[in-house]
Amino acid sequence: MSRRLLLIRTIVLATALLGVNYVAWRWMFSVNWSYWWIAVPLVLAETYSLIDSLLFGFGMLRLRERGQPPPAPEDLTVDVFITTYNEPLDLVERTAVAARAIAYPHRTWILDDGRREEMRDLAQRLDIGWITRSADWAGHSRHAKAGNLNNALLATEGEFLLILDADQVPSPDILDRTLGYFDDEKMALVQTPQWFENVPDHDPLGSQAPLFYGPIQQSKDGWNSAFFCGSNAVIRREALMMLGVSRYVGEVEVGVHRALRTARTVVRSALRGLDEDEVLVRDALEAIEYEVGKARRRLGRGEALFDVTYRFQERVAAVRRRLVSADLEALQADLAVIAELEGIAADPDLGLATVDEGALRRMSQRDFSPLGAVDTVEALVRAVDVDRGDEAQAIMPMATISVTEDMATCMRLHGLGWHTAYHDEVLAVGLAPEDLQTMLTQRLRWAQGTIQVMLRENPLTQRGLGVAQRLMYFGTMWSYLAGFAALVYIGAPVLYLAFGVLPVQAFSADFFWRLIPFLVFNQLLFMVVANGRPTWRGQQYSLALFPVWIRSVTSAVGNVWFGRSLDFAVTPKTKQAQESLPWHLVKPQLWAMGILVAGAAIGVVRLAVGQAEPLATGINLFWVAFDLLIFSVVIGAVRYRGFDPAVHGLPTPPPGSCDAPDRAEQVARIVQRHPQEPPDRHDHHDHHDQQHTDHAQGAS
Amino acid sequence: MIEFGIDTTSEGIGVVTPRGRLNMVSARRLKDLLAELVDGGTTRIVVDMGETTFLDSSGLGALIAGLKSARQAGGDLRIARPTPAVHSVFEMTNLDRVLRARDTVEGAFDA
Repeated sequence: MSRRLLLIRTIVLATALLGVNYVAWRWMFSVNWSYWWIAVPLVLAETYSLIDSLLFGFGMLRLRERGQPPPAPEDLTVDVFITTYNEPLDLVERTAVAARAIAYPHRTWILDDGRREEMRDLAQRLDIGWITRSADWAGHSRHAKAGNLNNALLATEGEFLLILDADQVPSPDILDRTLGYFDDEKMALVQTPQWFENVPDHDPLGSQAPLFYGPIQQSKDGWNSAFFCGSNAVIRREALMMLGVSRYVGEVEVGVHRALRTARTVVRSALRGLDEDEVLVRDALEAIEYEVGKARRRLGRGEALFDVTYRFQERVAAVRRRLVSADLEALQADLAVIAELEGIAADPDLGLATVDEGALRRMSQRDFSPLGAVDTVEALVRAVDVDRGDEAQAIMPMATISVTEDMATCMRLHGLGWHTAYHDEVLAVGLAPEDLQTMLTQRLRWAQGTIQVMLRENPLTQRGLGVAQRLMYFGTMWSYLAGFAALVYIGAPVLYLAFGVLPVQAFSADFFWRLIPFLVFNQLLFMVVANGRPTWRGQQYSLALFPVWIRSVTSAVGNVWFGRSLDFAVTPKTKQAQESLPWHLVKPQLWAMGILVAGAAIGVVRLAVGQAEPLATGINLFWVAFDLLIFSVVIGAVRYRGFDPAVHGLPTPPPGSCDAPDRAEQVARIVQRHPQEPPDRHDHHDHHDQQHTDHAQGAS
Repeated sequence: MIEFGIDTTSEGIGVVTPRGRLNMVSARRLKDLLAELVDGGTTRIVVDMGETTFLDSSGLGALIAGLKSARQAGGDLRIARPTPAVHSVFEMTNLDRVLRARDTVEGAFDA
């Protein structure tokens, strides 16, 4: 064990003990129950923060710095994908030119979801591939970027894929530095950092994520949970395709269960509508009801699904033949409805569910003629059996359950036993949003996606994941719940200063001796793992963006549990008029700051007139000052007018823990070679998100 | 390299035997071959995997495509005698939960 790791483990252990010691004491001895309405939220918020710290520390126990990568084997086949929807041509061009220049033999493709003539011409001019959606996708859910990648997977054949967002300009050795990891034949994916060239070193919008693309990914890597982040990653095609097959199996299972349940309802309602004398028909329908029950029991016993559905369809067909002569006329009306079954399985956003439950319900409420009922049953099961007629491709390797397809896909890969690696070296240079509006929308989208995955495929209950892997995924999701804790951390000091409401029993020596060592060690842990990387901006934003985090949770819950839209319609497409600063975007934070300042002022007055304790006032004033320092980040963000190299100078890339000797030069070359263009990635995401939103509505 | 044995039993069941590695290249041939059989009226097919030494996702894709076309034509496709290599791929993708492999080619359509 390296000395660094030993030091980290010692601090992690100490932090955990101190934290548990403090929070346990808080619960047992220091909650001021007479003000329970703020005392309980405060101790809950503190417990939340403790769990956050424990999860962070647990990961760090296995911090994995991989050092120099193994040499890339020769003769692998690689496809380089550049995904685009509507980014400007020159932005895509500079990425494409750099991608073509990657040293390791490969083929470069532009995955053009916008299907633009000029993009095709560009690809032709550069002599690289141009892929658009195949005809199969017409009329089907497109699944945004995940769909774009799924489509391209079927149109290419390389053993490995490098995925690049349209703005991510790769370094020529990106493949030479990553392919070696695939010597491990269970290795599915190698992620490298995302680093942005249009961000000044003081990073007003918190665009760089030096802690995430560094120690956090390295800690996840130590537990075989390094995350896939959507771009700048190399993936083994076979791992994705295997994943596609396993998801196909899962969705067929869910679909058949639902179809059989609906089939039973349809048959029962047809039976109720029968006259006494229709003995023949009644027998037939009862036979089918029996078969439905039998099929469900056989599935329940774990019999292979295709065997069950095959037998079921044979039996139903036999019954149907006996009935054909019965009532052809009534059937005509039913046929039109049954034809709709073709479209029944359109549940694009849920992904897990092949069949739209709303459509099934409508189907089961209709009065069918007996023969119509039989046909419905047949069509129902056929619609979901073997052939997922609803989707453009039966096999969709990239997860489509969330607006952040990368995390869900990666978690599923880990669930199947694949390995992933994080290689800590900047091998591609991208462009970050340069205005607050775009940045806020992007953060909201990431947070919503993460919460969606947590609600739909909670890592704590996923089959195939190890305990540590579950905690690594859960830890990231947990950290997005910080918005609620932030509310309490703003409110508590104000309540004391303004109204004398004290949520703790006393600010005794006991209190300090338990709290302060925990806080100190927590910061120490940050400092040691960060190893010189800046962390303050990240800490500020994790609290200061509390309205974004809260909204992400409420909207994702509304979307997943109540089928509501994610509500993305907030972003105007045109840039805000530049004369006025966008203060309206941070209204909640400004209110919070105003309340904190007002609370402090009242607190000082109350102290002066002898209504408040000096010690408690002092502590709460300190607390307010800390909150204000955190929130001050939004002021700089609002006032930021975008990146200007003449003013800000060229940004310093972070030293990776395994850089090639000339890495710094190479990054500098990429940064200098290309003129700065205002990025237009935001529109791209926004459009796709809008699609998701629409589908979520359609499914509800 | 791979070769495919093709037989038809007295009951009219087509038996396809891939001998060797079922990877991206050979999967395409298997897919075409299964489609031809179904088009030619042989809708009940057994794929004998007793001599298949390797199977990847494209091989699985070909099997699923064959299953799909056989069923649409009113027949079925059954898998028989998987080798350990084949079986582990079935397990990894959960395909064993929906598609049960048969112990023998002769008994593949018995139940």
